[in-house]
Amino acid sequence: MSIPFVHRQAAHCESGATANLLRHQGLNLSEALAFGIGGGLFFGYLPFIRLNRLPLVTYRKGPGGIFKAATQRLGVRVEGRRFRDPSAGMAALDELLDRGIPVGAQTSVYWLPYLPPALRFHFNAHNLVIYGKQGETYLISDPVMDEAVLCPAEDLRRARFAAGDLAPKGRIYYLTAVPTVPDLRRAVRAGMGEVCRNLRNPVPLIGVRGMRRLARVIEGWPRKFGERRTVQHLGHLIRMQEEIGTGGGGFRFMYAAFLQEAAGILERPELLDLSQRMTAIGDGWREFALLAARACKGRIAVAEACPELGELLRRCADGEEALFRDLAGVIR
Amino acid sequence: MKKQEVPQHPGLFGGRRAVCYALDEGGGYVLAPTAGWNPVNLANRQAWEALARELVGIHGEARAGRLSPLAYHMARRQMDAALLARYTGLFRWRVRRHLRPAIFARLDRELLARYAEVLQLSVEELCRLPEAPEIEVPEIDETEESR
Repeated sequence: MSIPFVHRQAAHCESGATANLLRHQGLNLSEALAFGIGGGLFFGYLPFIRLNRLPLVTYRKGPGGIFKAATQRLGVRVEGRRFRDPSAGMAALDELLDRGIPVGAQTSVYWLPYLPPALRFHFNAHNLVIYGKQGETYLISDPVMDEAVLCPAEDLRRARFAAGDLAPKGRIYYLTAVPTVPDLRRAVRAGMGEVCRNLRNPVPLIGVRGMRRLARVIEGWPRKFGERRTVQHLGHLIRMQEEIGTGGGGFRFMYAAFLQEAAGILERPELLDLSQRMTAIGDGWREFALLAARACKGRIAVAEACPELGELLRRCADGEEALFRDLAGVIR
Repeated sequence: MKKQEVPQHPGLFGGRRAVCYALDEGGGYVLAPTAGWNPVNLANRQAWEALARELVGIHGEARAGRLSPLAYHMARRQMDAALLARYTGLFRWRVRRHLRPAIFARLDRELLARYAEVLQLSVEELCRLPEAPEIEVPEIDETEESR
């Protein structure tokens, strides 16, 4: 059986899955709008969470947060479930599909056979939409893929019940009721408010303070780790920021797209200026990745690159601090 | 980033394309297809190379009888003892013990089956060390530095 679900490719899995699920229910939102309303933009330097034994840096808020906040702000009712028992988790999925409900799921990327091999690492916060089943094969709309894909049941089970940090525990989610005319303006403002708070908050590892902390930490890497391990850390940063699923510049371009769309919705042209500034900040993040890559390649010594990288990062932090101060002013 | 500047350096996605956000001629944001970007291709490849290096080292240790085949198969699945412990539901110290050849050799079939299931192997495969390490560094043909 198969639900007539329209697959739309997105830059990021969770905001893409959210937008696609909403659209299926007749609420036509772009991915960027879902991301912005969900208050997705973030920065966190979280060295106590490890990914492939390297510190986690995140440019978006925690797994599930975008979907939850976006649907809440739009007045959409949702159901979310986790399972201890994999068989129960798969049975619940089948039952929903039988009722004609497309189902969002959090999964690992490691166990999904249709993903390009180069991307298959143990990372547990991937999102996709399951919209049908034929025999022992599921029909999947994976937002980062250019077309809908097939996945054997056994592999999907493994991916849903992967272990480790951010373990999905079979988490599935779906929409139960969607308002015909949601209050878009209120939702957009609420999403903006959250990002303004998160990026300019007093917690040292979060938001612009987190960027500045990371800048300091990077400057110490060559001394602390030596050449090879520093290169490994820098490569890791590039991947967190750019490798599939951020839309470029650690979500900063996606947020600029959101601000542009929001200018029309709120009828506030000053948001267009903020969008342009956000684009420039995104370019700054790209510059950071480019320089880090040069260091990884040995084109520039790490001892020379790291202070410069710290400086670039601080410039991003300054830009974002000012931008979100101004954005907070616009929505007040 | 402008639409014409969206990098097209194939690498990670095989023949496929991802999408990213870029500005069109009128200054409006659009979703633009991208084949990849060299800095990311490079960082991704280095991560795979680090895994491959580690796997070769562990394979050597296992051949020399200093580590069990389990240590090799665990590394091949990009796991460490902590992650494998979470997958199998065993204590981490137990998994660590099982990396020692003498202890691994005495494991009962039930426990071996548990490891084999998680690592997507048969029990026979789990107990055997392949002649050479199975290194899978995905092919990334890097186009020479642009920009």
